[in-house]
Amino acid sequence: MADKYRFLSELLRKEEAAILDKWLELQQVALAGRRDQVSVKDDVETSRSFLHGFGKALAATRELDLSSSGWADLRQTLEQIAITRATRGFGPLETAMLIFSLKQPVFEAIRRSLSSKPEELASEIWNATEILDRLGLFVTEVHQKGREELIRKQQQEMLELSTPVVRLWEGVLALPLIGTLDSARTQVVMESLLHQIVSTGASIAIIDITGVPTVDTLVAQHLLKTVAAARLMGADCIISGIRPQIAQTIVHLGVELTAVITKATLADAFAIALQRQNLAVVRVQKNPPAAG
Amino acid sequence: MATLRSEIAGIVTSEDIVRVRHMVRDAAVRLSFSLVDQTKIVTAASELARNTLEYGGGGTVRIDELADHGRLGLQLIFEDRGPGIADLNQAMQDGFTSGSGLGLGLGGAKRLCNEFEIQSKPGEGTRVRVARWK
Repeated sequence: MADKYRFLSELLRKEEAAILDKWLELQQVALAGRRDQVSVKDDVETSRSFLHGFGKALAATRELDLSSSGWADLRQTLEQIAITRATRGFGPLETAMLIFSLKQPVFEAIRRSLSSKPEELASEIWNATEILDRLGLFVTEVHQKGREELIRKQQQEMLELSTPVVRLWEGVLALPLIGTLDSARTQVVMESLLHQIVSTGASIAIIDITGVPTVDTLVAQHLLKTVAAARLMGADCIISGIRPQIAQTIVHLGVELTAVITKATLADAFAIALQRQNLAVVRVQKNPPAAG
Repeated sequence: MATLRSEIAGIVTSEDIVRVRHMVRDAAVRLSFSLVDQTKIVTAASELARNTLEYGGGGTVRIDELADHGRLGLQLIFEDRGPGIADLNQAMQDGFTSGSGLGLGLGGAKRLCNEFEIQSKPGEGTRVRVARWK
């Protein structure tokens, strides 16, 4: 097995320029519609540094195992490429094609120098395929991780931007809920409502679920718990934004919301809240007041 | 009865429940279910997916879009290899839960659909099939 990749590494050194040219040409074809995402200069630079690192890694290692130390530098280069591409919205296929499109120029170079030795030719092509496949899979995996990272970050951001508790009037708070009420987010939202009740001394809180697409038993349970907790703190809750389809679903589910005041719209709930506070909205007289 | 389309999804994390809801809603929209019917089947899917995850330790759902003599329907089959349910009658009762929920999920899902079938063997897992027709 000694120096299994010597031929390949020497070939890469000798033919680097030719392989790079051909490779870049193929990449341009493959990425024709994506010029806006990665500048041409970026492509040339990353491709050059990858090819260079590839040759070096081949010279330094005798193993195919990418986790061995000889591949460390190249792995890093690849990780960078994959993560850059992942965060820029490239698909895993496009990222993998970067590596797979290197096959053609490499195979051509092998054929040029070994055309008279068919047996060596076959075995070197096999060596090259094996490595490039590995690298392609590796880059796909990293790409996937990059995407997952991005998704996690976005989820985190959504948690933070979660619904604010707003003050509608003296003693009246509103909590407009939007989106999926998975337990992590619900926890954050409900806690902030309870805190606001304390800090503002509100006596009525309106929880609006117009923006919640599905109200299942878990969501209902969260709502009921919040209402009960608010009540313990001396505040009454009104649940508003109950659309017809949600009302029907809640009835079929068998969830008892009878202990809670519910309203179809936030406006209705606000009217009740004002009433409870002995307040009323009146129309202003437009006539100029009598001088005096 | 013909199957127009069939999808399978894994239920392993709580994000998968959200994904299943979306897939079911998309399927219901494709079959042009009314808004009320969409909401019902999506809510049933949400209950059953959560059961699969929480009590079954994760599993799969198959979403079938069906056509039967011109009638369109949506069938969901949830399967897990969890501990199973020892007493199905008790599990179907409203208010009974072996966890911390409201105990309305299974009964609720049954009331939200036209067809409901549950099979379970202790130690082998649980399979729930529901269908809602237009």
